[in-house]
Amino acid sequence: MGYHLNFGAVWRDFDLLLSGLGLGLALAIVSIFAGCWIGLVAAFAMNAKRPASRRVAGCYVTAIRNTPLLVLILFSYFVLPRFGFRIGKVESFILTLSIYAGAYLTEVFRGALLALPRGLREAGLAIGLTEWQTKVWIIIPIMLRNAFPALGNNFISLFKDTSLAAAIAVPELTFYARQINVNTFRVIETWSVASLMYVAACYVIAAGLRFMERRLAIPR
Amino acid sequence: MSELPQFASELWVSRWAIAQGLGTTILISMLAIVLGTILGTFVGLVLVYSRWVSRFLVRIYVDFVRGTPVFVLVLASFYLLSQIGIQLTAFQAGLFALVIFCSTHVGENLRGALLSLPRGQTEAAKAIGLTFPQLFVYVLAPQALRQALPAWINTATEMVKASTLLSVIGVLELLLVTKQIISRNFMSLEFYFTAGLIYFLIDYAIERAGKAVERRIALPT
Repeated sequence: MGYHLNFGAVWRDFDLLLSGLGLGLALAIVSIFAGCWIGLVAAFAMNAKRPASRRVAGCYVTAIRNTPLLVLILFSYFVLPRFGFRIGKVESFILTLSIYAGAYLTEVFRGALLALPRGLREAGLAIGLTEWQTKVWIIIPIMLRNAFPALGNNFISLFKDTSLAAAIAVPELTFYARQINVNTFRVIETWSVASLMYVAACYVIAAGLRFMERRLAIPR
Repeated sequence: MSELPQFASELWVSRWAIAQGLGTTILISMLAIVLGTILGTFVGLVLVYSRWVSRFLVRIYVDFVRGTPVFVLVLASFYLLSQIGIQLTAFQAGLFALVIFCSTHVGENLRGALLSLPRGQTEAAKAIGLTFPQLFVYVLAPQALRQALPAWINTATEMVKASTLLSVIGVLELLLVTKQIISRNFMSLEFYFTAGLIYFLIDYAIERAGKAVERRIALPT
């Protein structure tokens, strides 16, 4: 075989890999934050009485969930400029990932909304809050606490999906790993270090989420 | 919309390329789902029933693969396997990554389904004298499969979507064919949309078929 492990080339560029990991995390955080807003609006639309808004939200969720993320990324990166939206690759990726996250979070929030007892809304209205105040101060906070575990899982898979940004040359972890791989041919070292970094990051995120879950859980 | 006739003619010119790409996409997805399910069944069984050493090793395998993005798995298996002396085509290397990915999802799913069955089922089966294979085939598997079906359908649609990643390592599936067509005629909107629509139709069909099967095998309430 004649292959000798030599991690030197990878360590030399380890700060690049780390910065890529950081960018991936940042992309995931921004996208889940934006996705939460989209998901909230779409989830309320799906539970609304008007069939038109239900149908629009339903179409959005079905269309995005059944289309490959890579196609969505390429679509917004190459097609939006044709309509005069001059945005960079990072912005276009964040836009795509937010819309993608929004579709998955809609389902999460919709389920969480349906699981809330009806009495909450009635109690809010009974103490004289308006429909909006009830939503903002009662329904959404309780719903978010219930939805937190599912939200966390979505965040982890979004973080892994940021690796696709390498396809449009956003300099995150996978992009740098490919670059180091091509430049140095330290194939085994590069990919094992890169995937270990993803695994480690996912473990840390999952542990952090479990901790927050315990803190946020509704006391019984 | 003056571009519509032009799009129609471009679509007609590239119909065979698209059909071939679609064929490859379907072939990859089906192979990945079938092989991944077979491997994943073993993974699930080991995770639930084996001794702790093999269970521990398989747990590491599952956690490692699930913690790594599919895209990284695809790239790693493409570059890495040839380096350690396994000569594979891009198609085979990509398929290998998808099978690995699919097996961990099926395995975790099956584990969850098996563990959710009440203990009384196993005890009752043992009490009437079934051996373990009989217990599994006649008692546990039918119930577990019913539980695992929704998540399995989800994994199947996930595999169709993940097959797009093979375009990056040069497998001529639907997305790479689309990219090539676009690089010839620059009609990015039309052809990316077409590709997205085809993927949507495949996944939507799988989802619908899955829902129908679910209704068929649901326990009467």
